[in-house]
Amino acid sequence: MDFSLSKEHVLARQLFKEFAEKEVKPLAIEVDEKHEFPRETVTKMQKYGFMGIPIPKEYGGQGCDPLTYAMCVEELAKVCGTTAVIVSAHTSLCCDPIMTYGTEDQKQKYLVPLAKGEKLGAFGLTEPGAGTDAQGVQTKAVLSDDEKEWILNGSKCFITNGKEADVYIIIAYTDVVEDKKGRKQKKFSAFIVEKDTPGFTFGTKENKMGICGSSTYELIFQDCHIPVENLLGTRGKGFAIAMHTLDGGRIGIAAQALGIAEGALDRTIEYVKERKQFGRSIGAFQNTQFQLANMATQVEAAKLLVYQAADAKATKSYYGVEAAKAKLFAAETAMDVTTKCVQLFGGYGYIREYEVERMMRDAKITEIYEGTSEVQRMVISGALLK
Amino acid sequence: MKIVVCIKQVPDTKGGVKFKPDGTLDRGAMLAIMNPDDKAGLEAALRIKDEDPDNTEVTVVTMGLPKADDVLREALAMGADKGLLITDRVLGGADTWATSSTIAGALKNMEYDLIITGRQAIDGDTAQVGPQISEHLGIPVISYAEEVKVDRKAGTVTVKRQFDDRYHMLTAKLPCLITALSELNEPRYMTPGGIYDAYADDSRVTVWGRDKLDVADENIGKNGSPTVIAKASDKVAKGKGEVVAPDSPAEAVDYIIGKLTEKHVI
Repeated sequence: MDFSLSKEHVLARQLFKEFAEKEVKPLAIEVDEKHEFPRETVTKMQKYGFMGIPIPKEYGGQGCDPLTYAMCVEELAKVCGTTAVIVSAHTSLCCDPIMTYGTEDQKQKYLVPLAKGEKLGAFGLTEPGAGTDAQGVQTKAVLSDDEKEWILNGSKCFITNGKEADVYIIIAYTDVVEDKKGRKQKKFSAFIVEKDTPGFTFGTKENKMGICGSSTYELIFQDCHIPVENLLGTRGKGFAIAMHTLDGGRIGIAAQALGIAEGALDRTIEYVKERKQFGRSIGAFQNTQFQLANMATQVEAAKLLVYQAADAKATKSYYGVEAAKAKLFAAETAMDVTTKCVQLFGGYGYIREYEVERMMRDAKITEIYEGTSEVQRMVISGALLK
Repeated sequence: MKIVVCIKQVPDTKGGVKFKPDGTLDRGAMLAIMNPDDKAGLEAALRIKDEDPDNTEVTVVTMGLPKADDVLREALAMGADKGLLITDRVLGGADTWATSSTIAGALKNMEYDLIITGRQAIDGDTAQVGPQISEHLGIPVISYAEEVKVDRKAGTVTVKRQFDDRYHMLTAKLPCLITALSELNEPRYMTPGGIYDAYADDSRVTVWGRDKLDVADENIGKNGSPTVIAKASDKVAKGKGEVVAPDSPAEAVDYIIGKLTEKHVI
C-alpha cells in the first residue's frame, strides 16, 4: 500500500498553496464581512484552469484526476471556505453531471465554456419542502404540445453560486407513476437551464452563518421554457443523476471540510507558540499539547478518507460509500477542530480578525449541505445492511 | 527565436534558514523553490513567447543534483518548452567560476538568440554567474533588467536597467545575455494541466553529464573553483536599539534623517 503522492500531486499542491496564500487569503476577511462574491478571484482561477481540473482537455478542462481537484478545494479552504465551495459546486455539481450524462452537443455547448471557467455552474435539487426527502420535490417539468420544449414551474432554495452562475442543472419531476402497492411515485429528470431564460428569476438571497461570500439564492421558475435538447440524461432518471452527482460533490465538500480544519489547526499552532500566559507560551501546557495532538490525528484520518474517496472516484464506478464516509468524518472533524481552536485562542478566538471564528462558522455547513451527516450515516449503514 | 533561461533550485528562506554543524546550508532540511530572480527571468521569456508563440522556443537550463529536475518541471508547467539538466558528480562543489564555465560549456552546444538569468540566487547572493556566462560565450550582457523588449525584425533587445539612482535604456544586438530582477514582473502560476504535461513526456527534459559539455577539466567542480570558504558563521547579532526622546515630531524626523544619512542609507 503506497500512501506517497505522485510528483504531479506534489507540484499541484505547491501551485494551489501558492495561489491560495497570495490571491485568496488576503481577501478572506473582507469576503466574509461584506458577504461579497469574490468575482476577481474566480476570474484568476479561470485563467489558471482551476474551474475544470478533473475535466478532460478535449472538453476544455485540465485533464487531471479527482485527487488533484480535491487538493485544490482543500488548499483553497485552508484560507477561505467561500472560495473553496465556489469551485466545488461548479465542478462537482455542474461540470461533472454534464461530463457523465451529457450528449456530445451538450458537452460542446455547455461543458467546454464551464470547464474553461468562462461560465460558472450551479445545481438545483433542494426545495423548501424537499432536502433529504427527494419525493417532496414540487418543481415540475411538462413537455409542450409540440414536444419541442419543457415547461418548468417551481422553485429551488439554498442554491450555491445562485445568482452568479450561468448554467444550472435543475432537477424536476416529469412523470408520476404508481408502484406495486398503488402508491404514487414521482419520476424525476435533470435539465440544463441557462441564466436569462425567460421565466427564470431569482428570489431571496440567503443571509448565512458562514461561507458568507458564496452566492446562495432561491431560483424561481414560472413557465420557463427549455429546449427539449436540454434534458440531461434519460427522462425519468433524474434522481439517479442527482444522487450520483452528489456522490462526487461530497468528495469536494469533504475536501473543503478537511481544508478548513487544517487551516484552523495551522493558525492555532502558530498562536499557541506566541501567546504567553503565566510566563510561558500556552503551547507549553499539557492541555494545549494534547488537544493539538488529538486534532492533528483527526485531521490526518480525515485526509486519508478524503484522498481514498478521491482515488475511488478515479478507479471505481460506484464510490458513494467512500464519499459518504469521507464527508461525514471530515465535516465532523472540521466542526470539532475549529471549535477547539477557537477555545485555545481564548477571547481572541471570538474576534473576527483572528479568523478561526470564521472557520468555525464555515465548518458548520459542511455537516449540512450535499447531504447532512445523518444522510451520510444512512448511505453508509445502507451499504452495510444490504 | 530561441530563448534559454538559466534557473536554479534554491532553499526557501521563508521558513527560516537551517545550517549543518559545519556552518554550511542544510539544504535537505529546507524546502526547495525556483530562485525568485530566475522565475522573473522565465516570466520575461514566456511573455516574449506569448507575442509569437509559434516562432519562439523557451528552454530552461539548470545545473545541480538529479532532484533539480523538479524545478525544470515547474518551469515546463509554467509554459517553457524544454528543459536541460546538467548533472554529474564531477561538477559538485562548484563556485561561481566553475558554475558559469560549466553552464557556458553546455550553452556552447546549444542554439540561442537570447539568454536570461536571474540577477542573483538567494542562497549565494553573488550576482556573478550571469555576467560570467556572457564572458565565456563572448556575447554582450545587460544586468539588472527591469523591462525587456525584443525587436525580432531588427534582431535587438532593449532593456531598462536599474542603476543606482537612475535607469539606463540599453539596446543590444542579439545574441545577448540579460540578468533579471524579481521586480521585473509578477510570474505566472503553473496550471494543473501544465503540471501533468510536464511529467507526462520525459523527452522534454534532457540530461547532460560532463561528456556533453564544452569546457576544460580545470574549470569544473570543486577543483576548478578558485573560491575557498575559510569559515562560515551566523550573522553577528545586532546591538541594542537606541532610544531617544525628541521634543517634537519635526525633531524626530531630523534625527532619523541624520542617522540614515550617516549610515549612507539615504
